[in-house]
Amino acid sequence: MIQFDYTFFIVLLGTMLVGITSGIIGCFIILQQESLFGDALAHAALPGLAITFLYTGCKNSSALFIGAIISAGIGAYFILLIHRHTTLKKETSLGIVLSTSFGLGTVLLSVIQRYPTAHKSGIHTFLLGNAATLLFEDLVIISIIAAIVIMTVVACWKEFKILIFDKEFAYSLGIQVSYSKTILTIITIFTIIIGLQTVGAVLISSLLIAPATAAFQWTKKLSSMILLSCLCSCISTTLGTIISSSLTHLPTGPIIIIIATLCTIFSIICAPYLLTIRISSHD
Amino acid sequence: MINIIYLQLLIIAMLTAVSCTLPGTFLVLRGTSLMSDAIGHAILLGIVLTFLVTKNIHSPFVFIGATIVGIATAAITELLIWTKRLMHDAAVALVFPLFFSIAIILINLYANDIHIDTDAALLGELAFTPFNKLYIFGQDLGPLAIWVMTIILMVNCICIYFWYPTLKITTFNPDYAYTLGYNPHLVHYGLMTLTSITIVGSFDIAGAILVVAFMIVPPAIAYLLTQKLSHMLIIGPLIAILNTIAGYLLSYALNVSIAGTIATMNGLLFALILLYNIICKEDIHLKL
Repeated sequence: MIQFDYTFFIVLLGTMLVGITSGIIGCFIILQQESLFGDALAHAALPGLAITFLYTGCKNSSALFIGAIISAGIGAYFILLIHRHTTLKKETSLGIVLSTSFGLGTVLLSVIQRYPTAHKSGIHTFLLGNAATLLFEDLVIISIIAAIVIMTVVACWKEFKILIFDKEFAYSLGIQVSYSKTILTIITIFTIIIGLQTVGAVLISSLLIAPATAAFQWTKKLSSMILLSCLCSCISTTLGTIISSSLTHLPTGPIIIIIATLCTIFSIICAPYLLTIRISSHD
Repeated sequence: MINIIYLQLLIIAMLTAVSCTLPGTFLVLRGTSLMSDAIGHAILLGIVLTFLVTKNIHSPFVFIGATIVGIATAAITELLIWTKRLMHDAAVALVFPLFFSIAIILINLYANDIHIDTDAALLGELAFTPFNKLYIFGQDLGPLAIWVMTIILMVNCICIYFWYPTLKITTFNPDYAYTLGYNPHLVHYGLMTLTSITIVGSFDIAGAILVVAFMIVPPAIAYLLTQKLSHMLIIGPLIAILNTIAGYLLSYALNVSIAGTIATMNGLLFALILLYNIICKEDIHLKL
């Protein structure tokens, strides 16, 4: 049975906030056709987490959080560098950053394993998340980040919109697209890092993409797409947390992803075929 | 005795690196590099499902089941793209987390006490592969991984040798290939089958995520060094072998994860060549 106690509400609130934040950012990600960006950056956080752990020797949430953000930021910068200085396809640059940083992370983890204080389930938690262990301290960090992300989106609404839909027009108006792109990347990294503990590095890309793709089927307006996407991720995170806490042996992250993906499949099948903008082909 | 095991480890790592590079070259050129990541995660579902049916993690059916799920991942991704309701990358990012989630839940529900370790599945256990030996009629024929990877390498070489013109034309000019009567979908699924077989074979060795490093980083380095496909297919495996030897020796000296060190070496070499490109060549986007 579900126990509606303090821990349950902490976990529920934490996953819901992560869901809402990734619902918003996911819309920007899929409209920019960068769906796998989240996957790459989530893995790029691993070396930062490992190095922070090696230096501080503790599992202090805020220290690990800063380490992960810096590491993912370096990953994002490398993706940009590869894109700017080579003719490699975008997916390849994501794959290179993803796999190299994960390789570096596993090397650092095998160093950590030698320490007597090492925590065995470290890599497991990183990859699959462990929402059940959310503490009040984590919830505070998640709330602050969620507030920052939402306020940034509201404040830069016009800039983000023009960045997504018409870069050339923005350029002709004299709007610095690169600034808004950088801000969007930074809040994307924030969102991914708070999602790491909830659903883990492997599944965070789906938490970003699935609700936004579901919302994309029903509307053409960016504002209503974001609202629908938030609704979808709220439903999936709430249901997922309730199901996983009522049955034993069920991890929260995978349940949330399955519900969110089912929402998306339902939307793809059932949504009215009214979108005038059809996606012709990918680059 | 110890020396033989170290040599066997190196041979297994080199065979894996070269087998991964061959289909990886075409993935890089076609811009579908992260299908290797997607298939790598999704085949966990195939392994779990076949394990739940056969109750034996070492049966050859696990290999077949995992390969089928790998191809199914590619097929469902194509189906989603075909609906024209979402972008190519969104379809990739949607399918594999679903399969992976189902696999994790099945492991937690039914196989929690049995030996499918999610950590080992995701990271690979290169160091243990020489001890899993192949026995035929009680004869010890050496590590199983050497035999499996040799067969996969030969399959990859033969397929690419015979399909070379088809692969080349459908990769570089799919529309023209279509007018000539080539079926781009058939070629795509052929390549995805090769990729799946290779990933399933190297799953124990490199794990789901590091297989991406084996598969696309050496071809990406080769891509930056040459303009010709035939040269790329030779330079890629050579770089893979060099990095494997360097990474293996370094991991031995530092006593850290072997596959991780090889992946890091690959990334370092790529970073060096990227640095050379940044310093010595103009910004390509300014040139265009």
